[in-house]
Formats: sequence, C-alpha cells, structure tokens
Amino acid sequence: MKYSKTELMIFVAARLMEDYSTCFIGTGIPMLAASLAQKLHAPHLIPIFEFGGIGANLKKLPRAVGEGRTFYRALAATGICDIMESAQRGFIDYGFLGGAQIDPYGNLNTTVIGEHSRPKVRLPGSGGGNDVGSLCWRTIIIMKHEKKRFVEKVDFITTPGYLGGKGKREESGLPEGTGPYRVVTDLALLDFDEETKRMRVISLHPGVTLEEVKENTGFELLVKEPLEVTPEPTEEELRILREEVDKERYYI
Amino acid sequence: MGNKTIEIVEEGIGELIQKPDVEEFRKFVRDKKRRTLVEKVMDEKEAVSQFIKDGDYIGVELYGTVRAPLSIIREIVRQGKKNLRLAGQGLLEIDYLLAADLVTAMDVTYIGYEVLGLSPIFRRAAENGKVKIVEWSNAAMAWRFKAAAMGVPFIPIRSMLGSDTFKYSAAKVIMCPFTGIKLCLLPALILDVGIIHVHKADKYGNCVIEGISGFAFEMARASKRLIISTEEIVSTDEIRRYPEKTIIPYFLTDAIVYAPFGSHPGEMVYLYERDEEHLRMFLKMCETEEGTKKYMDEYIYSVKNHKEYLEKIGIEKLMKLKYEKMGR
Repeated sequence: MKYSKTELMIFVAARLMEDYSTCFIGTGIPMLAASLAQKLHAPHLIPIFEFGGIGANLKKLPRAVGEGRTFYRALAATGICDIMESAQRGFIDYGFLGGAQIDPYGNLNTTVIGEHSRPKVRLPGSGGGNDVGSLCWRTIIIMKHEKKRFVEKVDFITTPGYLGGKGKREESGLPEGTGPYRVVTDLALLDFDEETKRMRVISLHPGVTLEEVKENTGFELLVKEPLEVTPEPTEEELRILREEVDKERYYI
Repeated sequence: MGNKTIEIVEEGIGELIQKPDVEEFRKFVRDKKRRTLVEKVMDEKEAVSQFIKDGDYIGVELYGTVRAPLSIIREIVRQGKKNLRLAGQGLLEIDYLLAADLVTAMDVTYIGYEVLGLSPIFRRAAENGKVKIVEWSNAAMAWRFKAAAMGVPFIPIRSMLGSDTFKYSAAKVIMCPFTGIKLCLLPALILDVGIIHVHKADKYGNCVIEGISGFAFEMARASKRLIISTEEIVSTDEIRRYPEKTIIPYFLTDAIVYAPFGSHPGEMVYLYERDEEHLRMFLKMCETEEGTKKYMDEYIYSVKNHKEYLEKIGIEKLMKLKYEKMGR
C-alpha cells in the first residue's frame, strides 16, 4: 500500500481525536485530521475554530480559520472572544497546533527565526497558537520531523509547552493540568515524560528506525520501551482521505 | 493579608503603541457619538478623507480573505494616509498598507496566508526592521478590544504567560488579589478608527453580520470612529423587524459605504467565494518589490474607486465567485 508521509501524519493525528470531544482546530493538517476523524470514527467530534465556528460539518476543507467552511452547518457561529473564553473556562479538550520549531519541552516557535528586532525569517506570529497551547487541556502538535525544526532551544517561545521542565508552566501562571500531550511527526508519535516533561518517542511509523528519528532530532530524545509501531491506514481509509477529505488537493 | 498593593511580577518589553486612555475615550463618546438618527451613507473617498488622519491608530475586522474591508483599505492607500499604526490581525489589509509604506508600528498577532503560506510583504517589512512590531496572541487582541468596549483600561487573562509572545508584548503579569494566581493584564486597545465590512446595513449605520461575528462586536465598540462598508443597504424597517441581529447599532457608526464585493479577493460567506486565482497571483507578484509595485499600480493606484476596481476584475469573474459560494 502506498501512502505519503503527510498522509500518515494526518491519520495519526485523526486517531487521537475522540468522538464527542471538543477540538480546537488550527490551520493546515489539523483541519484534514478533524475532517477525516469525523468521517472515520468520530462523527460527533466538535471542531472549534477560533473566529467563532463550533461543531461544523467539515464537508469542504477550510483554508483559513475564519472562512465559511469553518461553520458550514455548524451548531453555532459566535465570535473569537466566546471561543477563547470557552477555552479559558476549561471547555476545550484538545488543541491542535503546528510550528516552525519545537524544543524538548514542547515549546513552539511560529514568530521569528533569529533576533526579534532584525529576524532572519519573519514567520506569521502567534495567531491563536499561544492561547490554544495555554488554555486547552491537551495540546497535540503536528510537525515535520527535521533536525532544524526539532531544536534544543527555540529562537522564540510563541506558544508555551512545559517551558523549562516540570512545574514551570504552573509557576508561570498557566492553568494547572494543561500542556503538550502528543507530538505527531512524519516519522514517529511522541509524548512527554511524566517526570522530566521532555519529549519521548512512543511509536515509530512503519519502516522508520529509532536511529532515523534520533538523526532527525536536534536534542536528546527519550524512548519509551517497548516501542510500538504505528498502524498503517487501510485502503478504504486512504480513499476517504484522498477522495472525500481533500478533494481540492490543497494539502495532499 | 496586610498588603494593599497589587504586585507587578513581570513586564513585557514591547512598546505600548496606543495608550488606554479610558477617560478621554468616555469624553469622546459623550461629545462626538451622535444620539440622533442621521443618514451616514457616503462613498469611500469621503469616508476615508473625513475620518482617517495621518498618524492614526487603525484596526480592521475580520481579516484578509474573510469579510475583509478591502474597498476602504484600497482608498486609504490611494489617499496615502501616512504614519499609520495598526492592529495587525489581517492579511491583505496589512500587506496593502505596508506595500504602500504607510505604516510605522503594529501590534501583531498573525500575518500569513494560512494554506497559501507566508506573506512576502510582511516578511520584508519585518526583516528590514522598517516597522515597529509588538507581539500579542489572537485572543489577547480581541480581549484588548473587549476591555476598551467595557470602558476599562485593562483586562486580566490566562494566556500569554511564560512565553516570548508575552515578553515582546506590552502586557504585565500580576498576582490576583482574590485567588493568588498569576494573571496577565492586557491594556485596552482604543482605536482611532475601526473598519468593518458587513453583509447589511441601513442608512443610519445599523449593521447585520451573517455567520461568525469574529471580533466585530468588540472592535466596533472599541473604536472612536467607525467606518462600515456593506454589501447591501437595507431599510430601517427591516432592521427594526429583526433587532436581535443588529450587532453594530447606528450610534457606533460614523460612515456607511456601499461596497458590493467589498471583500474581494476575500470571501463573503453566503454571498461569494474567495478569489483563489487572484490571491495566488497576488502572492506570486509580491515575492519581489517590483512585482508588488506592479500589483499595487494595477489594482489600487490606477483605479479611481471601488466601482472601477470591480470593472477591472470583471463581471464574469464576480458572477463565478457568486456561483461558487457555499450554501447554508
């Protein structure tokens, strides 16, 4: 069976989405994963988009977090304050985010590469990222696994992960019991060690070796034994992704 | 518990580019916001020249490709309003103003084209250090408007803590006097001019938005002057029959500009789709300074007004976008 690395990443992210859970969906792969999850195992998944869409039917894939597709046949269309206040109240279970850089504690950078005042590369900035990572119960990060992205220290903490380690989030004032939960990459599935809050490999994607994952990570990775192998998508699941989720081929 | 002062634990190093002067705002609202129902319909030229001054702090809602007030922004560019300070939560709005070199400082949350990638114009401006940039999150910007709408100088929140987004902002961290937890305090953001594109409005400025309301409710109330562009002008009788739909009442509004397809190349939910072709062309041209200049000349400077802009886009394209819209 042939599938791309991006496709597998979408499947892994979609499997993490539970039926009847509230999911804050950011731009890009999270949109595909949510749409796929609705079609496969989580028909009652409640996608939440930052500018007001709650419980949309993701019939057509959104290209922006405020466009009509984020509230197509939705249960409610409100505004950004209501959405963010819901997250701050504790109503949003999962937040899905991407980033340009991530460090061992799950801190994310989507603001600048280099110095803030004269950046080498200016990225879009926080958008809702900081709020999603701060206020949702569990944050799931979806990123390409590359050494230049998985770095010891991010150039700019746009969105807080576990900051400098266990207890640091709470010390800074962020709500208790929140933080990064999983990291989905094109090579592996990772979580964060309970004691150190450092990133840890828990499952390798089919055909990927642990060495390969380590080679593509710019910091020392923890490994959970025994390592699992990520299940592959079925033919039917792949067909749904290609023919129903991303018909317009924006992402895959 | 003898301590009667609230301790400031941490402060962002970003500049506060618009002070939350709520006393001045109150007086402005008392003296300048008309209570009477007066007709406010005018063209974009008049609205921009009458209500926007060089050096103003302006903001737009929603953003870039969604319910974007682009006919007004193009007019600001044509009139060359200088030294603007911006609430940067937009795409095309921000890019047009940056490309025209009209901006000195921005409160930024996100400037990028999502699925279509980064903004080359914003990248160049930031990387050259040409524009002062202060960082915020999306919720923070919306809540800053909310604080202004409430008429208070700050609002406490629970995000931005611990991050560099906070460090490069003008927010402060305090210990909550009721619970003892740390909170991030955001300064209210009072706009000199807010600009919003809506589905329907009457001649007095009562406005209806369909679909999500983004941050229109808060921003309209956080603005000293408010310019509204609208897809349709409806009768006040229709407004009065569905008052629960009036998200922006007349007394907030200073100008009503009739602008069908005013969000083009962005979308207007239930009315027309976004112009994907145009957006891709724009992004391609903006990869270079020369291309950007060419785009600006062709689609902004060389057209006199919104009507001419629409003629340039062409009725065929506009009808196609109308046809492609998603239904309910």
